[in-house]
Parts: sequence; structure tokens; C-alpha cells
Amino acid sequence: MLRIPVAKSDELFAAIASQQTLYLPADRKDGQAEYRKWEEGVKLSSRLNTVRSAKDFFFPQTENLAEFRMEGKKIEVIDIRKESEDFVIFGVRACDARSFTILDKVYLVDPVDTFYQTRREHGTVVTMACTRPAETCFCQTFGIDPTEPEGDVSCWSDGSYYYFRANTDKGQKFLDSLSSLLEDGDTAALEETKAKTKEILSKLPLAKVSTENFGGDKLNEYFRSEKWGELSESCLGCGTCTFVCPTCQCYDIRDFDTGHGIQRFRCWDSCMYSDFTKMAHGNPRLTQLERFRQRFMHKLVYFPANNNGEFGCVGCGRCLSKCPISMNIVKVMKALEEK
Amino acid sequence: MQEAMINKAKQLLADGTVNRVMGWKRGEFVYDITPAVFETAEEIDADFVCDDFTAANVSKYLVKESRKEGKILAFLKPCDTYSFNQLVKEHRIVRENVYVVGIPGGPKLDAEKIKAKGITGILCVKNENGTLKIDTLYGEETMPYYEAILGKCETCKSRKHVVYDELIGEEGEVITAEDSGRFDMVEKLENMTAQERYDFWREQLSKCIRCNACRNVCPACTCENCVFDNPASGISNKAAADSFEENMFHIIRAFHVAGRCTDCGECSRVCPQNIPLHLLNRKFIKDINAFYGEYQAGEDTTSRAPLNNYDKDDCEPSIVHERGVE
Repeated sequence: MLRIPVAKSDELFAAIASQQTLYLPADRKDGQAEYRKWEEGVKLSSRLNTVRSAKDFFFPQTENLAEFRMEGKKIEVIDIRKESEDFVIFGVRACDARSFTILDKVYLVDPVDTFYQTRREHGTVVTMACTRPAETCFCQTFGIDPTEPEGDVSCWSDGSYYYFRANTDKGQKFLDSLSSLLEDGDTAALEETKAKTKEILSKLPLAKVSTENFGGDKLNEYFRSEKWGELSESCLGCGTCTFVCPTCQCYDIRDFDTGHGIQRFRCWDSCMYSDFTKMAHGNPRLTQLERFRQRFMHKLVYFPANNNGEFGCVGCGRCLSKCPISMNIVKVMKALEEK
Repeated sequence: MQEAMINKAKQLLADGTVNRVMGWKRGEFVYDITPAVFETAEEIDADFVCDDFTAANVSKYLVKESRKEGKILAFLKPCDTYSFNQLVKEHRIVRENVYVVGIPGGPKLDAEKIKAKGITGILCVKNENGTLKIDTLYGEETMPYYEAILGKCETCKSRKHVVYDELIGEEGEVITAEDSGRFDMVEKLENMTAQERYDFWREQLSKCIRCNACRNVCPACTCENCVFDNPASGISNKAAADSFEENMFHIIRAFHVAGRCTDCGECSRVCPQNIPLHLLNRKFIKDINAFYGEYQAGEDTTSRAPLNNYDKDDCEPSIVHERGVE
């Protein structure tokens, strides 16, 4: 398999960055990781995951869509889209890589979201297999194998080498462009690392969480469940879970008066917010109970109902560690399953 | 302590003093604890927890809970009692519907600080004579206990309960600013040049994802409809339209809670991006102390707050010009 010594990672990143913009998870001063543009001196984080997910690259928190200029009764619509550049996201975990497939099911179906599509086309995803899963991890619940991540290129590390395999044409082109740096090598040490990780995976506290009792056919049963009151009781109605979530995909479109015209932008929305889906007639979800229920029903029931059984969660565990009151999808699943 | 609290809760439920108990419910791991209302002794036996990770201030929940039928028992740490008092003062909590049992405070622990050390797969955390022993999926790890202490507990302002109907454990004392070091970081920021200070806040506030967790957890933020959520306000927004707007959100919020913020530290505790938001509020507290004399929001329920009061000795508005320009 093609590989490069970990000691040469600066050389590798420099080579990638000389062709395209390179983003990778880097440590912040506070010990958390975030995706950062690579430049000399930026080191790949050893943290399992970033606070914000990798969805930001394809679906940014805010994005300007168009501008309007008015003169009397005439409105001029200005397309403000600029030519996108090619970029590489390196070190995406298997959970986040799967989240792109989920977002694709929303944004690349008719009518195609061309803003999202353009970024998907220009981005090359290089994943990184996990070796130290956390207690909050439950990607296996959704059929994800973190030792075999998806992406245009899959990457593994055994501590001494990075190993690469292309999964798509785009990925192959990417590896070809680095051929002078990569050498073919033996994978015995890597197989050992994978085996060790698999052993940990089987011991994860959430390893047994299953989707067996969830899906489109559970709509009436779970929608009417009496558990929602208790589950949502302490919910603050903040947007933390939705904003750190790699699969949450809802947005709002707003017009902003710049004083010289109108800027139309979209931004992430959160079903936890009181004005989510507020319409001319009012709001269909009047209390936090309904808003809370919406988020979990969407991921565990509505999304699979509309997408051949695929769930709207990848088990990255971000909401488990970030919710201010520690209420999350695993607790919800367990509570709903209790008869 | 947990056992004494459970016994107290069951006793007060049994004798009809209260019909609900506000406390904390254990989670999947050692640290993911959820504030919860318990209605029966069985629920309490099954899930009630009070330990190193029960840091959440439950006072704000009592705004809603104290308007329900019957009396609720609330276990409050010293810092939580200040929030409680302030909310009583603002007529947000119906005092007679809450039975307050004061419990000893922290220091509480911060799971994020343990994780920031690179420790992962956390299964169990124990403090043994100042060393934190952490059982993980990858074997036992250790770290100094004090390095895992929650930010808000590092500069604890009081071990005294300013309100209670009953106490469990011994009453403590108010801690002076000199002893707590509460304003040290504010002073450090004050001593920076304007550019350095600007850079500090830009770096911190640019991490904001506008999740509103700080606002929603804040006991001083109890508006029925926040201006930032209200389309009729003209300034509602869910995200920044430009890169400076996040700063405005936090600064406006700090102004709005000035004089009412008790420095409970919940804003910084819940921030998913570790922004030290409490420093904005502490700056206001420090200035209020300097301009109007020592004042602690939530210390009582009757006094007039300096910013709501008028006194002939009040400082002149010109103070802004005198101090603000470099």
C-alpha cells in the first residue's frame, strides 16, 4: 500500500498545499481541535475530533446567496457567486465522512443546491482511520467502521507511517499528484493497529446501541410517546447540538439591509429555536417539547423514512460531550425503547 | 453527601412538604449529568446524583417550576443561592413555592479539562489525595486534581448560602476577591494595550458558533422573548451577517445583565468553544464595585442595585471619557 513516514508529514502537507488549499484538524490553545488552513508550522491534531464538524466546508454556517439593488421600482438581482477553488480536507474521521453522504441526500437531489454542489465538486476528502475512539463514540450503531473510513482517499496511521488508498477518481488524481513522495510498503504493522482498535471498539460503552427499534415505521408510536416531556424537561433550547452536529442540515434565509441594498444570506437554523419553521400562520411547534421531539424524530424516524432506512446520525458523539445539560440522542434512544 | 440529600428529599416528599425535587440525574458516563425534576422516591433512588460533576446551577429552572402546582425542593450550592436570590428579587421565582436546601459547593470537575490532556475513553474518575485517577478504555491515567477543576470553581466567590430553608453540611464564608483571585484576569486584560485587548477578544469571540447556550443557561437572561430572537425587534439574528457581529451579541448581553449577573460562571461552563465569557461580566462587576462601592448581585432580595438606583455621590458619566481613552 502507498505510504509515507509520519516524520515526513510536513513535507506531505507542503506538497498538497502547493497544489490546493489544505485544511486539517489542528489543536487550539484550549486543548480542543478545529479545522485550520495549513501553513508551515500547523500540526495535525492528535485529538479524536474537532468541535465543529467537517460539514462546514460544504455547508458553511453563513453564506451570502444574492444581492439586490433597488432604484425606484426597479430591482436588480446580482449573482455574487465567485469561482470556487479546489481544496483538500485532510484527517476527516469516518463519522464525518459518512455525514457527507447524508448531506448529499438532502442537497444533491432535485432541486440540486448548486452552492453545496460546487463545493462538493471542488473538495477532496482525505479521511483518517481512528485508533483511539472515545467513550462517546457510537458510529458502529450506524454501520460505520472507523478503521475503514470512506472519502475520496482513505488514510490510516500506525504511528510510523501514513497509508493511503484512493476510493474515487478524484482521490486517485490526488494520490497521483503526490507520487514522488509516496512509496509502496508493507502493511503488517497497520493491520496490527487496526486489530487493536477493533478490540477497543468492541469494548466501547455505547457499542451495543442499536437502531433496530427505529425507522420510518415507528412514526406514530414514538411521536406519541409520553417520554418526550421528561426528556425535554431540562432542554435549554440552545442550538449547541444542532451546530456541532455533522448531519444537521436546516437553514434559514434572511435579507439584510446593508444601507446600500439588500444582502440575502442563509445561515444554519436550529429546530431547538423558538422561531424555527415560523410561518405566516404562526409556529407549528409551540413548546420546547415539540422542538426537541422534532430533532430526534428527524434523525431516527423521518430521515430513514425518506431515505431507504438510512439514519440521520453518524454517532460522532459531539452532542454527547457538548450539550450543556448532557441530554442527547443516545439517552433519547434508550428512553424511547423502554416500554 | 449524596446519601444525606437523598434521605432529605425522600423525607420531604413523604411528609408532604414538597411534591417535586429539583436535582441532577446520572447519565451514561461519569460526567454527563442532566438537571432533572424527580417526583417519587423510586425515581430518586434510581437516578439522583450529587458528585464532582453536578456543576449545573439549577436556579433558572425554578422560574418555571415555582409557577407549577405545589412546592418544589431545590438543592442549591452556595453560588446557586445568589442566582436564586437575584431571581426572587426580580420577581421571577415565586419564593414560597420553593423549599431550598443548601448543600456544600464544589470544587466541581470539568470533563473537558480532563479530555484536553489527551485522556480519552473515560470510564471512571476518582480523586485520591489530590491526584485524579481516571479509569479509561486505554488503562489508568492520572492528572493533578486541581488541573481538572471547573473554571467557575477556581475563583469561587463564596461558600456561604445567602438563602436557604435548611442546610446540609456546614455553612462557609464569603471569599474575598483577594483570596479568590476573581478579578485577576480582568486586571490583566485592563493592563493590556487597546490593541492587545482587542486581539484577545477577537480571537476568543470569533470561535462563537452562536448556539446561544450562554444566554439560555444564564439565570440573568430570563426575558420571555430575547431581542435576538424577536423578528419585531429589528436586530434579531441567528448568525453573524459580518465577522464583527458575534462580538456585539456578547457585549450587548454583558451590558444587559450588568448589575444583575451574580458571577455564577454558567456561561463559560456551557460554552462549547471554551470562550471565557464570564470575563466580560466580571469587568462590569469590578467597575460597579469601583464606582459605586462593593456590590454583590443576589446577596439579598431587598436592596436597590447600584445601576437601578440614584445617589448624589454617583460617579459622573464623564468617567467614561476619563478612563476610556488611551
